[in-house]
Amino acid sequence: MSFTKILKNTFLFILLSFILTACATKKTSTTKIEGQMQGDVYTGSDTVEYLAKGVPDRVFFATNESILTTMSRDTLRKQAAWLRDNSSINVVIEGHADERGTREYNLALGERRANAVKDYLITYGISSNRISVISYGKERPVDSGSNPLSWSKNRRSVTVKAN
Amino acid sequence: MTKIFSVFVILILFFKTNCNALIEIDITRGNLDPLPIAVSPLFTDDETRKNSNNEIKIKDLGLEISLVIENNLKISGLFDPLNNDAFLQKPDIAHLKPRFEDWALIKAQALITGKVNIIDDKLKVEFRLWDILAGREMMALAFTTVPSNWRRVGHIISDKVYERLTGEKGYFDTRIIYVSEEGPKTQRVKKLAIMDQDGENTKYLTLGNELVLTPRFNPTSQMVTYLSYFKNLPRVYLLDIETGTQEVVGDFPGMTFAPRFSPDGKKIIMSFAKDGNSDIYTMDLENRVVERITNHPSIDTSPSYSPDGKFITFNSDRSGYQQIYVSNSDGSNVKRISFGKGLYGTPVWSPRGDLIAFTKLHKGKFFIGVMRIDGSGERLLTENYYQEAPSWSPNGRVLIFYRETKTNQKGEGFSAKLWSIDLTGYNERLVKTDTDASDPSWSALLSN
Repeated sequence: MSFTKILKNTFLFILLSFILTACATKKTSTTKIEGQMQGDVYTGSDTVEYLAKGVPDRVFFATNESILTTMSRDTLRKQAAWLRDNSSINVVIEGHADERGTREYNLALGERRANAVKDYLITYGISSNRISVISYGKERPVDSGSNPLSWSKNRRSVTVKAN
Repeated sequence: MTKIFSVFVILILFFKTNCNALIEIDITRGNLDPLPIAVSPLFTDDETRKNSNNEIKIKDLGLEISLVIENNLKISGLFDPLNNDAFLQKPDIAHLKPRFEDWALIKAQALITGKVNIIDDKLKVEFRLWDILAGREMMALAFTTVPSNWRRVGHIISDKVYERLTGEKGYFDTRIIYVSEEGPKTQRVKKLAIMDQDGENTKYLTLGNELVLTPRFNPTSQMVTYLSYFKNLPRVYLLDIETGTQEVVGDFPGMTFAPRFSPDGKKIIMSFAKDGNSDIYTMDLENRVVERITNHPSIDTSPSYSPDGKFITFNSDRSGYQQIYVSNSDGSNVKRISFGKGLYGTPVWSPRGDLIAFTKLHKGKFFIGVMRIDGSGERLLTENYYQEAPSWSPNGRVLIFYRETKTNQKGEGFSAKLWSIDLTGYNERLVKTDTDASDPSWSALLSN
């Protein structure tokens, strides 16, 4: 992680803190939201579904990024282990973006995110012909809100059983 | 599929123009002083009233056509159509020879008169444009067509008047292709839709069974290229509007998207995404030969040709962030042209060739703007929470784009609508659509 990126994340964190402080009088559950984002990557579990017990179906990304976080890599290793144990199952990786970008760029960004996941699963021994990718860009948000937390839930790649 | 583009015959009866006309409109600056114009209802005789009521269920066809003209002139922002309650002269008399002093009294500077006839299932429309201050006729034309084409006659008359008074081609006899949207944001149903530029005659070209995005017309406005998720495979498609025939043209081993036609209509330029990298390709529609245009491990998309076909513009994140580039149409000589603060996307080359319209994202806001083709002279026309994807009117004077707005204070709920704005930055208007709408693309002028 580059210095500028650390700066950017710190900045976003401070910005978020400001937003949350501003809302504090309205009794927003500050700790809960803070616990759901790191930088601007979603770390909560509101929208997460499970492919099997203990195997989350999705990973989350920072704005405009397709880099896998430590938490994402942990999730994907679980997915890889599950795929190894269930060799008859193929998957589709759906790549998604938030609404804060132009439609066509976001289609490409979703494809980039889905492929980051695919590549990682391949590294952990899953055959590439068991994995296909599809990008929905910003067309299929999971959270229809327009705020940093909603956007963070929508910047995601979801692993879906194909058969 | 209904027959949308029917044959249209123009008969020029007589054409007297006055080169020394006094009225003239300068459309290069923001027009804060629109020209007062009187659009007299076109005279409709009793026989024609009966025929038009029988054939197209309209009683006063002349009035309806004049309302089409009036609305067009009004939304252009360049004209101020006067309320016809104030008109003193009867339509048939005014059409023969207006009493100029009567029209000057209500402050009209120009007057449109005319008459309509339906005989033997043929609609004949005559109109004249008068210069009130000079007391002279400026133009006179007549058209013959099928009665169901009556709105187009109104649009063509509007274009003739616009051209006569501004010196530039109009943009009223045109259509907009767009994506009609319904349902909640998480499960939006999208259909291809086409309508007249004034929001009338909406027709749906797909049923909404699969996601469709980013339609664009070919130069003759008879074909459309767009992205469809048919069978969950996002690919570029080609649709013949008249026959309804659809075929996949971007059948690559991965997603193809962001399609546009070349100015000669012979090629489609689009992005192809593979292994996390999107590059720009062209496909020749005749021989299906594919050429790679960009080759860079970044996202290259949203291409647009210059009107002469020699150059393209596109957006790429090769610098780390989304910016606008220009290159030769074969992909050589790539130059970045956007250097302002923020992200830049969806560049669209103007039909005049001198400007590129774009979407800009900066500090959480979206802007529609224009810059010269070397990136200089950036001008932001409109700012909002979320808006994108400008498309040029065929005369290069107006941009149409779409905007999403929140429907409550908490930022919940949303509506997507089409908007237009003049190149001058004035005259921002909501464009009427039957449903929520996005991704508009303006056709060429359908008649000349």
